[in-house]
Amino acid sequence: MSVVELSGVSKTFQQGKTVALQGIDLAIEAGEFVSLIGPSGCGKSTLLRIIGDLIQPTTGSVTVNGKPAHRARLDRDYGIVFQHAVLYDWRTVAKNIALPLEMLGWSRARRAQRVKEMLELVELTGFEHHHPWQLSGGMQQRVSIARALSFSPALLLMDEPFGALDEMTRERLNMELLRLWEEIGSTVVFVTHSIAEAVFLSTRVVVMSPRPGRITEVVDVDLPQPRTAQLREDPRYFELVTAVREALARGGAEAVVEEELVSGTDG
Amino acid sequence: MSGRIGRRALDWLPAVLVFAVGLAAWQWVFSPLAGRFLLPRPSTIATTLWHNFRLLFDAGWFTFKEALGGYVIGSALAIVVALLFARWRRVGDALMPYAVAANAVPIIAFAPITNAWFGVLNPHSKWAIAGVLCFLPVMVNTLRGLTSVRPEAIELMRSYAASELDIFRRVRIPAALPFVFTGLRVATVLSMIGAIVGDYFGGSTVALGVQIENSISLFDFPFGWAAIVVASGFGIAFYVAVSLAERVVLRGVPSTRE
Repeated sequence: MSVVELSGVSKTFQQGKTVALQGIDLAIEAGEFVSLIGPSGCGKSTLLRIIGDLIQPTTGSVTVNGKPAHRARLDRDYGIVFQHAVLYDWRTVAKNIALPLEMLGWSRARRAQRVKEMLELVELTGFEHHHPWQLSGGMQQRVSIARALSFSPALLLMDEPFGALDEMTRERLNMELLRLWEEIGSTVVFVTHSIAEAVFLSTRVVVMSPRPGRITEVVDVDLPQPRTAQLREDPRYFELVTAVREALARGGAEAVVEEELVSGTDG
Repeated sequence: MSGRIGRRALDWLPAVLVFAVGLAAWQWVFSPLAGRFLLPRPSTIATTLWHNFRLLFDAGWFTFKEALGGYVIGSALAIVVALLFARWRRVGDALMPYAVAANAVPIIAFAPITNAWFGVLNPHSKWAIAGVLCFLPVMVNTLRGLTSVRPEAIELMRSYAASELDIFRRVRIPAALPFVFTGLRVATVLSMIGAIVGDYFGGSTVALGVQIENSISLFDFPFGWAAIVVASGFGIAFYVAVSLAERVVLRGVPSTRE
């Protein structure tokens, strides 16, 4: 059974004046790591939110875990991580991680136990009583990931989670994310506009074109698992990076991608 | 430890010096220039305050209670209205322009009217004017706080299937608290102004505003000034008390104050 199944999904804004997404068909199987890549305005973040039932599609159907997306959201079937960590300043690290557990009505003792495990998982043990603003950007994002995974959702949605971080932190968190993915076995849908990041992390890269957003190509990433840092120097890795870049160019995204590299904006 | 206290004292030194120089200039330059009758010397004001301290303190306390009544009612109402506006945005959007326009009105001009409505001797007349003065800054700040939450913070809550009530309780209200306190601090001063000006247009002879008004009509300027000092003292104490409450409630939250 597919964890995510999209068929004929489209989204228009402003009474049909802006077509954000058009004719999206995509099935994501359990345990996959799928990246959505495309230039700003290709609707990749919108698509992620449609999967999460945070935005309603104009047409088409969305199922998550075999249920309508709305049902899946009410059942807390997914965890989500945004570009900004979105931690609540008035809560400590531990209480931020425990937030979804509170919503699920877990007992205090059970919450404390899980928070401890999650802090170990993201290697932040000892920071439970810190407040978010006392942490670096990378650490904040690790807290945000721990929060998303705290209730063991089958699906993890990530919207450019490392887009606001420096390159070194981003590469380290890429490795950490892969380790977590191996450990917990969730399915991941990952939005990015970094070609290198998409290829390094994913089992499949879904290439999207600019407005109206469509899936132009899907690149299977046949790099061996588990991924290691050395892989970034592997000839096959470079071939796949080139393949994704060319797919983006064929989709008419080249100019936009160049512009994005300069301005560093996101979509 | 003593080193730290010493350094803090040193930080305050310029401000203390300015105060001392200002007082000295008032005592020996401005007061003689303006005439001791119209601008009494600080020493005269201090002596008057000393001799009438009991009377003036009681008057200050009386007027402070008038201000506090209005403050509590006005601020509570403002917070409730801000919550309603934040929950039902359409209503808020429809009514906000009027709230903003009302903010531009010199509300204090209504003081004689509230006196007429409730009766000069009735503390409700002072509550009314102080409350109306407090309402807008608290409402506008609270609403800004409630709606300042970044969209992802709301999306995150919705991903947990949170109800609108959960979102208010766990995100909007905690996020709004620093803004609410900004409004509440501003309102302390406004409520004192409201109560005193309300007194000017008539009130109990015990009230501080009435004492100021009467002493100035009788050309007893030292007494008027002493009463003003007491009014300032209560105003500052009120402000400091709310600031301390803010510190306690918002401990662990980075300050939004400059």
